Amino acid sequence: MRVLERLVVAVEKPLKEAVWDCRMCGQCILHSTGLSCPMRCPKNLRNGPCGGVRANGNCEVYPDKRCVWVEAWEGSRRMPVFKDHIEHLQKPVDWQLQGTSSWINLVSGRDHEAPKGWEGHARS
Amino acid sequence: MPGPSRLAELLRDGRFVVTAELTSTNSADPEATWRLAEVLRGSVDAVNCTDNTGAHVHMSSLAAAHLLVEKGIEPIMQLTVRDRNRLALQADLLGAAALGVRNIVLMSGDDVTVGDHPEARRIYDIDSMQLIEVAAGMRDRGTYLSGRTLDQAPSFFIGAVENPFAPPLEFRPLRLQKKVRAGADFIQTQLVFDVPLFARFMSMVGDLGLTDKVFIIPSIGIPRSARGARFMREKVPGLHVPDSLVDRLEKTPPARQSQEGIQIAVELLNAVRQIPGVAGVHLIGIKWEEGVVQVAEAAGLLPRPTLSPLATVGGSR
Ligand code: SF4
Repeated sequence: MRVLERLVVAVEKPLKEAVWDCRMCGQCILHSTGLSCPMRCPKNLRNGPCGGVRANGNCEVYPDKRCVWVEAWEGSRRMPVFKDHIEHLQKPVDWQLQGTSSWINLVSGRDHEAPKGWEGHARS
Repeated sequence: MPGPSRLAELLRDGRFVVTAELTSTNSADPEATWRLAEVLRGSVDAVNCTDNTGAHVHMSSLAAAHLLVEKGIEPIMQLTVRDRNRLALQADLLGAAALGVRNIVLMSGDDVTVGDHPEARRIYDIDSMQLIEVAAGMRDRGTYLSGRTLDQAPSFFIGAVENPFAPPLEFRPLRLQKKVRAGADFIQTQLVFDVPLFARFMSMVGDLGLTDKVFIIPSIGIPRSARGARFMREKVPGLHVPDSLVDRLEKTPPARQSQEGIQIAVELLNAVRQIPGVAGVHLIGIKWEEGVVQVAEAAGLLPRPTLSPLATVGGSR
């Protein structure tokens, strides 16, 4: 398993880094964020932009970069499927998965495990 | 246990509420906080205690909120996910509840780079949306995020923030909806200067059916001088201060600028008040508590309603 994991990471990491500037959080939600990796947001926001986005759509923290969530919103509008997944409430990041393969975690179901006290949208 | 949120009762009663922001102090002497809070007493229904606002260190919002509880002034405790991880956040929420804090406002927080410790490590272990859900879980299910059971659940009136003026504008109402689904009971918005844009936001929020589910309280800023307005325009993240407002103050002689600022705030307040779905206003005087009182007075919002004493007894929300 360890060897397999290392092999998969060896493929996944360079590929996703090159295409999406992926940060290998190990619990990929790119399909819900218009293919804009939320871990590039300096506040690591997984559920939408902060209130500090500049009028020109650039990031509060990095004035020369576009806000990750402005890109996510625009990207989500172009998605043929999963378009409204941007409205889903994303569970807290499991920081134990940092650096592991999101592909393996998807197959094993590990990336779906939420803390026991988390109910997501149970109230809606 | 201290009583439930009076703010919640007023809102559920259909009253137009007035809240205000308290300047956070840098003093180990509680009198500093009490002095400022006393200015607001009787002119507002609840008072926001900010959490290292603008990413500058001040006395903690938890301590300030408790100081207000001691004096019988209802606090709204702001809590950001910038400075604390999920353990610290839950610990402070529970501690706040035990100290009599009922109203909370949960937010991302301005980034450390705009503050006085730009070299600090930012936390953002969970985001503001997730914190709302965590607080609602503590209240409604009586558990921590881990699933571990609380001996006594807190009775929070949960607030969140939204900036209707920051891109992506079309996503903002949906993000608000997410917050409502996560458990937000009320929303305090970013400062409103652009009334038509805010009205458009409110109509989108109304179309989503959210004005029946959440109390929306826009913020009104009270500029004290042209310099203050310029500072807001240039330095405060996510704030869109129109040039016309700065011009208007600059054209006013310095001695009369503060009066003009009150006038501007009253005009904005009266304009947002007309917009369907607006449940109250949040006044931000920016180190100017007296300005808040003057605006409340000039806008005809005084005296504030009193609830029957019975309403403040009991531990339910
Ligand atoms: S502006 Fe966008 S990318 Fe920058 S911190 Fe806020 S949400 Fe994240």
